[in-house]
Amino acid sequence: MKLELQGISKAFGSFYANEDIDLVVEEGQIHCLLGENGAGKSTLMNVLYGLYEPTAGRILVDGKPVAFRGPGDAMAAGIGMVHQHFMLVPVFTVAENVALGAESTKAGGFLDLEVTRRKIREISDKYGFDVDPDALVEDLPVGVQQRVEIIKALVRNAEVLILDEPTAVLTPQETDELLDIMRQLKANGTSIVFISHKLREVKAVSDVITVIRRGRVVGDAAPDAETTELASMMVGRAVKLTMDKDPANPGEATFKVKNLTVTSATGQRVVDDLSFEIRRGEILAIAGVQGNGQTELTEAILGIQDRVAGSITLEGRELLGRSVKQILGAGIGFVPEDRTVDGLVSDFSIAENLVLDLYDKAPFAKGISMRPAEVAKNAAARVAEFDVRTPSADNLASSLSGGNQQKVVMARELSRPLRLFIASQPTRGVDVGSIEFLHRRILAERDGGTPVMIVSTELDEVLQLADRIAVLYKGRLIGIVDAGTPRDVLGLMMAGVAPTEAEKAHQDTPDDLEGEIA
Amino acid sequence: MSQSELSPGSPPPIHANTIDEKPHGTWERITRGPGLVSVLAVFVALVLGGLLIAATDPKVATTAGYLFSRPSDFFQALWAAGTDSYVSLFQGSIYNSRQGFEPFLETLTVSTPLICAGLGVALAFRAGLFNIGAQGQIIIGAVMASYAGFAWHLPIGLHLLLVILMGVVGGAVWGGLVGLLKARTGAHEVILTIMFNYVALYFLDFLLNTEAFQRPGESNPISPVMDPSAVFPALPGSRLHLGFVMAIALTLLVSWILKRSTIGFEFRAVGANPAAARTAGVNVARSTILVMALAGALAGAAGVAQVAGTEKVLTAGIAASLGFDAITVALLGRSTPWGTFLAGLLFGAFRAGAVTMQISTGTPIDIVLVVQSLIVLFIAAPPLVRAMFGLNRKAKSRPPTKPKHAAPAPAAPASQGGGA
Repeated sequence: MKLELQGISKAFGSFYANEDIDLVVEEGQIHCLLGENGAGKSTLMNVLYGLYEPTAGRILVDGKPVAFRGPGDAMAAGIGMVHQHFMLVPVFTVAENVALGAESTKAGGFLDLEVTRRKIREISDKYGFDVDPDALVEDLPVGVQQRVEIIKALVRNAEVLILDEPTAVLTPQETDELLDIMRQLKANGTSIVFISHKLREVKAVSDVITVIRRGRVVGDAAPDAETTELASMMVGRAVKLTMDKDPANPGEATFKVKNLTVTSATGQRVVDDLSFEIRRGEILAIAGVQGNGQTELTEAILGIQDRVAGSITLEGRELLGRSVKQILGAGIGFVPEDRTVDGLVSDFSIAENLVLDLYDKAPFAKGISMRPAEVAKNAAARVAEFDVRTPSADNLASSLSGGNQQKVVMARELSRPLRLFIASQPTRGVDVGSIEFLHRRILAERDGGTPVMIVSTELDEVLQLADRIAVLYKGRLIGIVDAGTPRDVLGLMMAGVAPTEAEKAHQDTPDDLEGEIA
Repeated sequence: MSQSELSPGSPPPIHANTIDEKPHGTWERITRGPGLVSVLAVFVALVLGGLLIAATDPKVATTAGYLFSRPSDFFQALWAAGTDSYVSLFQGSIYNSRQGFEPFLETLTVSTPLICAGLGVALAFRAGLFNIGAQGQIIIGAVMASYAGFAWHLPIGLHLLLVILMGVVGGAVWGGLVGLLKARTGAHEVILTIMFNYVALYFLDFLLNTEAFQRPGESNPISPVMDPSAVFPALPGSRLHLGFVMAIALTLLVSWILKRSTIGFEFRAVGANPAAARTAGVNVARSTILVMALAGALAGAAGVAQVAGTEKVLTAGIAASLGFDAITVALLGRSTPWGTFLAGLLFGAFRAGAVTMQISTGTPIDIVLVVQSLIVLFIAAPPLVRAMFGLNRKAKSRPPTKPKHAAPAPAAPASQGGGA
């Protein structure tokens, strides 16, 4: 099946998320949509999948124009989509999830799951998916859940499969498996639209790469294009992907976490007996696949987690049991993992957001009276220092792009003398151009003698910044290794393999993808 | 009109590649939308109210009988019926040639408790809380103030101060209890305030049948008259009392709290994004309690205005429907202090003028309630109002050949912002 998009535009009010986009997906091709977060890739796919109505333009299937009024129409036309966040019912079995919305029935309207089970086994055998139709979805690892999503699409006879950032939730090993599956699907004639901003994967699997920037197609590229070339197409200017940094000059360990355990409301140990130390002037990166206890760990340090046991000390003082205000007051700078939820008040001005946790301290307040002149002065200084691109600091934070919002959060947290700096996903959804800037600021903080803790699910970022790397798996510390540890070893550790074994496994197998990394 | 007030029309942030097409939630759109919607909502409600008046007018009915032979008669009658009522509403609330601006003084009097209670609702709105409990807070404020007014006998000046203090504290406790329960147990403030309204209402009924509150020698549920030293001095020749100055002062105070104080910053942060507020070290529980206490205090001041201003006694109907009108006033004022002040004046004018309107044109007072209700209806559905005035169409028909650049444009130009 050949899929064509012609002149697709999608506007939200006066804002164009997609503008005049042409795209041709040939049969049996893996077509990659490369672009930064917010470039309009997902919007485009939602238009294609019938979730959004395009403002202008048309969609053609095998040369015939089609109009999708919803995902049902798109599915009927042979388009399947695997969303970044899975659309599965956790308490249903695989077969029930797959059947949902396209149930086979026996006489009298009774559900016939046997048909679905057979189809699942067929597909599973064909591609080596290894999925049990009767397993509960909530018991399956993320990678397998993703395969269930793919099966769902294939059972509905999808000839074009859209994968929206499929690797965001996977370990490096799971990612490689997914790439293999994609190649197999392609060999069987299924076209794939692969959405990603990770150059390594894109280069490894694509036939054609279309680069999207600010809602427009900037051009096509071949998969053997230089990484730096792809990156600069994505960003719109030349970027440096690697950064030189001086070796760390660590001092004494001032931040200590001992036997930290966080229990969830359902009684699970989401952080399990964690102990580590961070020295002054070093960066400890916490690596791991999303959802392995990183959020709970940082929130426990900040004091917004309940059911915490153990000890967290900064320069000898116990932090556990104190209020957030006291903990921040002890000299901790905190960049939360999701800036739009925890880091910013989008209805507040940039200036107000820049004092969000300093509003009641001098010089911004005197008693309970705030001093707008000081707030404005601070805003002007921070906006200039961090190069926040905005016409005015009085504009709402919601008017900023993701990268500039992150700069605001970082500017606020780095604008006072710190004894500990914690940043979760410091560059998530930030354009490549700003990443370098933010990384430099983090390194500058380290070089100033502050212990720094970076939590990131992006291995590239971990390798870029870390002096030491701690890997979390299911809330437990798998090990703390040096910054020079190979990618594959870290990948295995992220899947729960102990460092010594991971090292051994690494030496036994030749690297395949490693060579393709620039 | 500042850009921030127009924000619902501004483009979504560039990272908004989610299913949600709206940059703001329903809550923000209803409580904090552009002032233009308020103005249009009032206008539409008045027009519809006028049509309703005309529809029940006997002359309109008669002329409709021969509409096709002489349509001009019908339209003249229609116009006359609608406008006559509003002219007399105006004469009863602002100015007429016989009394001069005397009716306006009555408008100010009636709007005083509406403004105070409206401020309380608006302040809670800004902190993300739906304070339905102004009614109960007014009642408790009025009970405490009136008791201080008729049971204690104190020197002039001091007595009135204590009356005000008692009323404000009463309202603050009543509101603060709701905040405390919400912060400690997670109970929803809407349920709590509704129940607190009932408790306050029947508690008042009960009190008025006790010896402490009943007027000696009376079997009716009415309290003794408050001491002359316990009531607001009035402007000679009118009912306008010093309570109106209190309403102005409270508007200034709330404006200061929201714009210039650290607690106001906390309130607004908690209201706009509680997760971010908590991460930034704001004690959300404390903020909730404090804002509900302040909201209650403001409603309590409305209770004071009732007993120490206009009524001078405590009756079962002391709060009338003030607490519920206050919600409307706050919504109409877009939860801003001065917007609430103006909305309070408008509703005060409706009330004050309605009597004159009924006397001179025979239009029932209830039509004012219909208009008020229509206003709320239109405020709660901004897209409806915008659609009526074609404000939505303007944004849609913009040719796609000349799009705005996809860069994160700060906000649409003011002329289109409200409707984009």
